[in-house]
Amino acid sequence: MDAESLLLSLELASGSGQGLSPDRRASLLTSLMLVKRDYRYDRVLFWGRILGLVADYYIAQGLSEDQFAPRKTLYSLNCTEWSLLPPATEEMMAQTSVVNGRFMGDPSHEYEHTELQKMTEGDKVFEEEVVVQIKEETRLVSVIDQIDKAVAIIPRGALFKTPFGPIHVNRTFDGLSLSEAKKLSSYFHFKEAVELKNKTLLEKADLDPSLDFMDSLEHDIPKGSWSIQMERGHALVVLRSLLWPGLTFFHAPRTKNYGYIYVGTGEKNMDLPFML
Amino acid sequence: MDDSMSQKQDKQNEEAEDAGLPLEEMTASPSQRLEPESLETLESEQGPDAGPQPGSSPPWSPQSRASTPSDGLLGPGASPQPLPPQEPSSSPPLALARQDSATPSQSDEITSVKPEAGTSHSAHSERTPDKGESTHGTSQSEGKVFGQSQQPNPHLSGPRNASYNNSRQKALRFDIFQEEDSNSNCTLDQPEPGISEAGPSMLEIAIQNAKAYLLKTSSKSGLNLYDHLSGMLTKILDERPEDAVDIIENISRDVKMTHFNKKLDTLQNENEMLPIYEIAEKQKALFLQGSLEGTDQELEDEIAENSLPNVMESAFYFEQAGVGLSTDETYRIFLALKQLTDTHPIHRCRFWGKILGLEMNYIVAEVEFRDGEDEEEVEEEDVAEERDNGESEADEDEEDEIPKSFYKAPQAIPKEESRTGANKYVYFVCNEPGRPWVKLPLVTPAHIVIARKIKKFFTGRLDAPIISYPPFPGNESNYLRAQIARISAGTHVSPLGFYQFVEEEGEEEEEAEGGRDSFEENPDFEGIQVIDLVESLSNWVHHVQHILPQGRCNWFNPIQKSEEEEEEEDEEKEEEKGEEPDYIEQEVGPPLLTPISEDTEIQNTPPWTTRLSSNLIPQYAIAVLRSNLWPGAYTFSNGKKFENFYIGWGHKYSPDNYTPPAPPPVYQEYPSGPEIAEMDDPSVEEEQAFRAAQEAVLAADRKEETEEDEDEDDDD
Repeated sequence: MDAESLLLSLELASGSGQGLSPDRRASLLTSLMLVKRDYRYDRVLFWGRILGLVADYYIAQGLSEDQFAPRKTLYSLNCTEWSLLPPATEEMMAQTSVVNGRFMGDPSHEYEHTELQKMTEGDKVFEEEVVVQIKEETRLVSVIDQIDKAVAIIPRGALFKTPFGPIHVNRTFDGLSLSEAKKLSSYFHFKEAVELKNKTLLEKADLDPSLDFMDSLEHDIPKGSWSIQMERGHALVVLRSLLWPGLTFFHAPRTKNYGYIYVGTGEKNMDLPFML
Repeated sequence: MDDSMSQKQDKQNEEAEDAGLPLEEMTASPSQRLEPESLETLESEQGPDAGPQPGSSPPWSPQSRASTPSDGLLGPGASPQPLPPQEPSSSPPLALARQDSATPSQSDEITSVKPEAGTSHSAHSERTPDKGESTHGTSQSEGKVFGQSQQPNPHLSGPRNASYNNSRQKALRFDIFQEEDSNSNCTLDQPEPGISEAGPSMLEIAIQNAKAYLLKTSSKSGLNLYDHLSGMLTKILDERPEDAVDIIENISRDVKMTHFNKKLDTLQNENEMLPIYEIAEKQKALFLQGSLEGTDQELEDEIAENSLPNVMESAFYFEQAGVGLSTDETYRIFLALKQLTDTHPIHRCRFWGKILGLEMNYIVAEVEFRDGEDEEEVEEEDVAEERDNGESEADEDEEDEIPKSFYKAPQAIPKEESRTGANKYVYFVCNEPGRPWVKLPLVTPAHIVIARKIKKFFTGRLDAPIISYPPFPGNESNYLRAQIARISAGTHVSPLGFYQFVEEEGEEEEEAEGGRDSFEENPDFEGIQVIDLVESLSNWVHHVQHILPQGRCNWFNPIQKSEEEEEEEDEEKEEEKGEEPDYIEQEVGPPLLTPISEDTEIQNTPPWTTRLSSNLIPQYAIAVLRSNLWPGAYTFSNGKKFENFYIGWGHKYSPDNYTPPAPPPVYQEYPSGPEIAEMDDPSVEEEQAFRAAQEAVLAADRKEETEEDEDEDDDD
């Protein structure tokens, strides 16, 4: 959710119980402004928070004018002092995929993971247990990146592709219509298209290249990984990710108000097929 | 045809120019400019059918032509005057006309301005508002504006791609200007027809093609680009925005929207809005109800006694903790709870929480009835029991002589009576505040036992079936009730000392079997320091009974009633609960008011997290307790007050992934023993030997006494 309209967005997203206490709100409003100034971001998003056992991580993201440019992620434990996180790499993903369980809330906490590594000494091949230490900060980076790639979404038309290539915020976007807001196809993943390239020409025929340059939600795997609800008597659409429980997307049809927030444990719901 | 016509008319114009140029220009131009505008607006209002006509299609020209002569007769002062010069424009497309009108005005050549201004009827109308008032000074600047806003035209006229870059555009513009110049020169030099005929004919055809293309009506919207562009330019010139280039998309969109507004207002809009009105209507009832109650004094007293919870107060504290719903939603729920307490004989009521669903959510209220609890429950119970009996009887009757099935379903553990154990409270749910409250059925141990083994999302419809591997005996309302019972038992905690047992402890211990299940508020509760609550988990105690693995809060001994099948029961129990086979040990859980510091850990994860709501102002902060076992369960306490709240999907946390329960063990076949194995058929030798032996015996008997033998047979 945009840092500028944080209060309204929080109000809209509160249907899932994911609020912020007044002091957090106030400090976020203050400190995110400063983050925007100091890091020279064009836009600052309040991304959400990851609940740790001891403390919570508050996450913010800075965007440049091109919305698809690599995003900078910052975290804070007290909503006032922000620290920049390194960009996620494939290596980090592989490394942290072995860690499960809850976050601790201490970025320097180290998870210990014992791995069996094959050692060769001369002719003998024997397995040796190696203790790998993984910092929680690394895990935080990779989890945020995974969530961003999997379930960060925006309504169709909120971004548009300029003729020169970069993706900009669409000023003329004034909301989805009610009938569109109920369909998953009106929402896009907030990332470069992957599926789109694999589509047939026939499927691409009706697409508007300036708007339909991202993957829509309707083909997400598994089918049914989104719960879409009309709340407040159809005055608000709320999408909840079931794959990453805790991610709430809200959009008030016919207004510019939309955004998403993640409040959760930072764990993927692998049980989804059992639960549907 | 058209060409020749137009040229004739051009000539006419020129003649007219030559003849009455100054006078006509001065007098006619204002009226001209007003008139086409009205025409234009008329056209645009007429819609798509009328739109394309004026430019190119034949029907128009006769009309205008018909008007021409009269104009000529009426003279320069008359209002339809502009039409004669307008007519030629019907053949040369607008693009040219505009360009012409634009460039010459820049060069300030009045003679050329005049006829062309007349010719371009639509472009002309766009200019009107200003031109009507101002003189050529402004028209010059407008000409520039046109020069710019025209830019798209050259592109559109050709079949080029709409996407272009600026540099190219500039180059094109120069071309156009050159063309225009030459063109305007042509028009200026028109007295020499030879040149003008050769030049424009090519250009005009190209332009006509372009115009025809622009006038192509879209099958989707019924509009054409020609009218759209003229509409846009009208709008821009009317409104004169500062940054027209930047917001051209918005203008285009607005112009399009005005077309749509006319059509869509009949049916669709109203239909789309309906659900909003519907829920607003229902919620209005919540607000009205309050004012009605206010008039009745007795009821008001009753309400005062009636313990409607102070939802807003606890919502305030939960907001400090960073959980909970928005203020308005909370207030609606508050009103809905009030409605509930007013319509039911409720002794105590509490906002339990909200369970998220796929299609709709559940708002859950926990109530305790006063005395008159509905009897429906009892009836339902009986019916259910009868059904069970019927089934079992039917099973028994099926087989007569053949051995019956030894298998008996594991004895159904009876549910706890209402007001005791897991059924201590009654739960009402509704999907949205304002919708009717639905009472959830009593929970049975079977529901709880199965619910522990499955993990399903709630759909939001109470009658939705639960399809799961251990078949769930009920629909979603039962599952919801079971989850509520489990969550309540796990996460409802209070500060130490807030509740105390009713009886003295000594007595309680003696009748431990009954369990100390009743407690009351401690009148002498002093309150606990918030810091203590945060720092030590032992200051929090469970005040809801633990649910045993059996599915009940109080132990039910399944053997007592069915002593015959004791062994079988034991075996089953062993399978189910891993207990010792000889006798069923009573399941015991932690007693009431046990500190949560004794809760079991979930694989290195502490089951609770405590926090202070604010580190900045600790003296007014409250203690916040978060359950890690049931994500979404929160408790706050400010030392004296406390409240529990749950919001979430209604699932238990486990660091491991959900594993479906293993299939039940395959029932072993009967061991092959003497009663299964058969002997070989008797052989002939054996039979013969047997017969010989029998005959020998018979013969011996007969010899002795036949009568005795008979008597003996009778006796047997």
